[in-house]
Amino acid sequence: MFKTLAKCVRQYKTRTLLTPIVMTGEAAMEILIPFMMTKLIGVIESAQGTGLTSGDFRRIAVFGAIMFGMACLSLLCGILGGKLASEASAGFAANLREDLYRKIQTYSFENVDKFSTSSLITRLTTDVSTVQNAFMMLIRMLVRAPLLFVFAAIMSFVISPSIAWIFLVSATLLGLLVVLIMRKVQPNFREMFKKYDKLNSVAQENLTGIRVVKSYVLEEEEIKKYRKATQDAYDYSVRAEKIMVAMMPTVQIVMYATMLILLAVGGVGIIGGSLEIAELTGLISYSTQILSGIMMAASVLSFVAMAKPAVDRIAEVLVEESTIENPVSPVTEVVDGSVEFDRVSFSYAGEGGARVLEDVRLRIESGETVGVIGGTGSAKSTLVSLIPRLYDATEGCVKVGGRDVREYDLETLRNAVAVVLQKNVLFSGSIAENLRWGKEDATQEEIEFAARQACADEFIERLPDGYGYDLGQGGVNVSGGQKQRLCIARALLKRPKVLILDDSTSAVDMKTDAKIRDSLRKYAPEVTKLIIAQRISSVRDADRILVLDAGRVSAFGTHDELMETSEIYRSVYESQNGGGESDADAE
Amino acid sequence: MQMPNKPGPGRWAPKLGKQYKGSGKAIFKRLAGYVFREYKTQYVLAAVLIVFSAIASVGGSAFLGIFIDGYVTPIRDGVASGYGGLIGALCLMGGIYLFGAACTYLYNRLMVVAAQGTLKSMRNEMFSHMQKLPLRFFDANTHGSLMSRYTNDTDVMRQLLSQTVPQLISSTVTVLGVFFMMLFYSVTLTAVALVFVGGMFLLTQGLAKKSGKYFMGQQSALGAVNGYIEEMIGGQKVVKVFCHEERAIERFHALNEDLRENGSKANALTSVIGPISNNFGYIQYIVIAFVAALLAVSATPAALSLWGVANGLSGALSIGAIVSFLTLVRSFNMPIQQVTQQFNSIVQALAGAERIFEIMDAQPEDEGGNVTLVRTEQTASGTEERSDGGGWSWKIPDGDSFRYVPLKGDIRLNDVTFGYAQDNPVLHDVSLYAKPGQKIAFVGSTGAGKTTITNLINRFYDVQSGTITYDGIDVREIRKADLRRSLGTVLQDTHLFTGTVMENIRYSRLDATDEECVEAAKLANADGFIRHLPNGYETVLTGDGANLSQGQRQLLSIARAMVSRCPVLILDEATSSIDTRTESLIEKGMDKLMEGRTVFVIAHRLSTVRNAQAIMVLEGGRIVERGNHEQLLAEKGRYYRLYTGKFELD
Repeated sequence: MFKTLAKCVRQYKTRTLLTPIVMTGEAAMEILIPFMMTKLIGVIESAQGTGLTSGDFRRIAVFGAIMFGMACLSLLCGILGGKLASEASAGFAANLREDLYRKIQTYSFENVDKFSTSSLITRLTTDVSTVQNAFMMLIRMLVRAPLLFVFAAIMSFVISPSIAWIFLVSATLLGLLVVLIMRKVQPNFREMFKKYDKLNSVAQENLTGIRVVKSYVLEEEEIKKYRKATQDAYDYSVRAEKIMVAMMPTVQIVMYATMLILLAVGGVGIIGGSLEIAELTGLISYSTQILSGIMMAASVLSFVAMAKPAVDRIAEVLVEESTIENPVSPVTEVVDGSVEFDRVSFSYAGEGGARVLEDVRLRIESGETVGVIGGTGSAKSTLVSLIPRLYDATEGCVKVGGRDVREYDLETLRNAVAVVLQKNVLFSGSIAENLRWGKEDATQEEIEFAARQACADEFIERLPDGYGYDLGQGGVNVSGGQKQRLCIARALLKRPKVLILDDSTSAVDMKTDAKIRDSLRKYAPEVTKLIIAQRISSVRDADRILVLDAGRVSAFGTHDELMETSEIYRSVYESQNGGGESDADAE
Repeated sequence: MQMPNKPGPGRWAPKLGKQYKGSGKAIFKRLAGYVFREYKTQYVLAAVLIVFSAIASVGGSAFLGIFIDGYVTPIRDGVASGYGGLIGALCLMGGIYLFGAACTYLYNRLMVVAAQGTLKSMRNEMFSHMQKLPLRFFDANTHGSLMSRYTNDTDVMRQLLSQTVPQLISSTVTVLGVFFMMLFYSVTLTAVALVFVGGMFLLTQGLAKKSGKYFMGQQSALGAVNGYIEEMIGGQKVVKVFCHEERAIERFHALNEDLRENGSKANALTSVIGPISNNFGYIQYIVIAFVAALLAVSATPAALSLWGVANGLSGALSIGAIVSFLTLVRSFNMPIQQVTQQFNSIVQALAGAERIFEIMDAQPEDEGGNVTLVRTEQTASGTEERSDGGGWSWKIPDGDSFRYVPLKGDIRLNDVTFGYAQDNPVLHDVSLYAKPGQKIAFVGSTGAGKTTITNLINRFYDVQSGTITYDGIDVREIRKADLRRSLGTVLQDTHLFTGTVMENIRYSRLDATDEECVEAAKLANADGFIRHLPNGYETVLTGDGANLSQGQRQLLSIARAMVSRCPVLILDEATSSIDTRTESLIEKGMDKLMEGRTVFVIAHRLSTVRNAQAIMVLEGGRIVERGNHEQLLAEKGRYYRLYTGKFELD
């Protein structure tokens, strides 16, 4: 998993590798400077009783100058290291985000469904930030911390090998204790994060459903729900942190114990004459460095371990392969708009899953207008989503222009087959920008023409900035019916060979609905049109009407034929036109 | 998240940001108020323990010097005999250390509870307050910006409370302790040290300020990237359908690059602060050593030293004092460095607190008037209130007593004018009445103002002029909660909450039994598909019911409305995604739902509105036609044209 992510370092490799090296310089100085300090103090101390001579001054000046140089070097390394580490980690995160984003762009609908939109968003945002922080810690500290330990250990062995072994014992002990605590605390933290996710989702749902909440006066109930979530988050955080809290005093106790043993052994050494006082002070200062090096290494490791779930989640996205791939030698031209379903069955769960479509066989000629009618859950949307290869048929094959859709270049196919989805989305930006999704280089004339075809021109022209009107996030600044017409216009700009309207006029009034169909007939006669609708009036003037029932073709024919032969169609018709009254025919 | 007819932020929309004029100090004070409100004892106790633990650690390191001079050398030099004193000293030191470690443990334990508790109450308070805010507030602020207050902003508060504050206290104690010891050794050298500390402070603060600017840049770039991600991944299927992948990447790349740049600058500056203050400390050390050496040689009494005085050296600086002083300088610098590194988190926490206070300060929706809804029973002596059962009545304060008006569901609009923005009316002089038990339908093209009328009845928004009465009472005199409780609303955009199907149906009346919910689902024709779900009624819905079709979601919200016992129903395109055959199947249920209730229906479908007592045809915010189905068809006006769909042939 870590390997998958490591690939994203790319152009920041030099910086990433350079950071620990520069940090080594800083660590070395950090060890050497105190060493020089003891030398300097030694000079002053040796003058005790005799007073400082000019020779002492020279030596102080020399040591001072060396120290100054070292400090400058250390400063340089520190600044450079910080800069390199920041650039490397920010760059790494940017690459990670970009790779994830690109990968998601290749995903099929099935892939997106598998992860769910909200989980993809979390992976791209929160998880990337977590990994970025861990990465920065890692390259800055992982080499530096052990180095501090090693350097300090070497220095103490130089001073007194017979005492330095104490450090090895206490360092091992400390390392073990820290790892132990971390291990104990981690599952708790994982639980805690889950509770936080839950907490946030309660707030999020409350925000999206605020109208329902207020309509049913359930503010108090929502507050109760939220309070329970905060209480849970509180309980789990306290439980996790109570373990964490043991860390500081544990470290302190090990450190202090080391110090006491050092003082006892060192004191005896001094009394016995085998150790100098200055050596003991030196050892004491190294002891802090050794132990803090261990601490740092341990906390970096635990930080990385905490980031592990985020790493896993990101890697999952990166290694996921799109279930719909371009063929090896794709066909890049769709000859006409004919559509054929050849014994097509489909299941969202793949082979062996519950069949949503069962043995569908039908042929639609190029330029034909076909209405699709069927009950809630009869798989109307599923049927049409197979045409632009949003999903692949589980069995059988779907053909457009006489060829299996799986032979086409995806972009060619999807440009030729325009779908206006049931749950359609507009994006922030102006109307013109949104419409240009259909055709990037569309001229103003083309845009206006498409809008006119979709009967969107009148309301657009009444908006404050016309085509430059800002739609706001998700198109909140226009009404449902207006949104649907914009979505149709956007699809028309593609100049497709097949146009699929999946219940795309449900929020549009009948008059406009009829007008849209009329203009499609007039301006795009050669385009094959599939219209999924609830209203008979939306499909009755279609060339043929397909009646779906529980994933099977129940009937396929003209309005008049179906009124004769299809029980379902007739009952739908009657439900909309009431017991024999035919006011829809009341012209 | 889409809402029908939802306007852009209006002119008096309560958008957050900028209106909070609090200075850093004011925010800090207010924050302190919150912090101390509930957990005062814990915080004070923790502060005392932090002080103890800091003293123990300062004392411990001071003891080091005394230990060698006072116990080791005398034995070595034969001045003292026996190891008794030495062992005693070591034990004393161990005691001090243990005491310090115990204090550390205890204050951390206390802080965990206090900090998490404070956060919990801040979250609760913010959420509770948000529930009281008017819809306009939610229109004007994006979910992303509100959510970040629950996530990022509370998180920086957590850091402040559980890390920064204890660090500050302990550093201050250490600095003060060491400072007095330094003064004891040499006032002059202390002054030199202070000059350096001052310089270091200025330098790091300048850096922190500058990096703060980049941090703001980073935060806003992060917001832009995350916003873009949310929008585009949310619409990923549309991106695919339009082969828009490449262009979506281009824009993303630009935003991502901007974030990278800001982020690397901000972090580079902050990570520079550490090495700078660290090495500044070394230079300070060198200078002090040099000055000390000079002072010692010149033996100026001006180099005031209490240690010298105490040792009868008439204030001159001794070599021993220099050595001790130099050791102290190092423990003086450490906590100061730690404090400087906390600057950023303080700034961020204050900014986070400010954003949280913005929500808490937002003007809540007024509760409406003082007319309330109560259960009553007619007795011989008049109307009497009951705790359960009986009918519903409005309880109207009348002087010192009350009078009761039975709840019937009579709703009238008189010359109502309204706009989401004050100068842009959406409804003009709308007047209409609905008698109890009547079904009133609104038809008209999108944007004609149908949903707006219902938004005024339940007082999501208030009329600008004109009045709306409910059983003869101005709706503004009715307590909002009671008003809304009497109105059952099914919105076009259904929202389901995480929870079981049963819980979602019960949402409209929490005391409904399981049987009642199942009964409602049957009437709504939702029972069939619910039983096919993996766990039937106990199936947990997540992500706003993402695994259900739009039609199924609508059936659930209808079932939800059926469970409620509201005398007035508002059905806003409640069946728009349900196929007409299913709709005809639930017709019986719908009839039962509407029986004896006043119903406002908004629909495009003829079948849904045809049996209404009155149909209002709206256009451009005005009622242009009214009458029942037959009358309107006979009129051959707008309604006729709308529903015959033959308009374009005119």
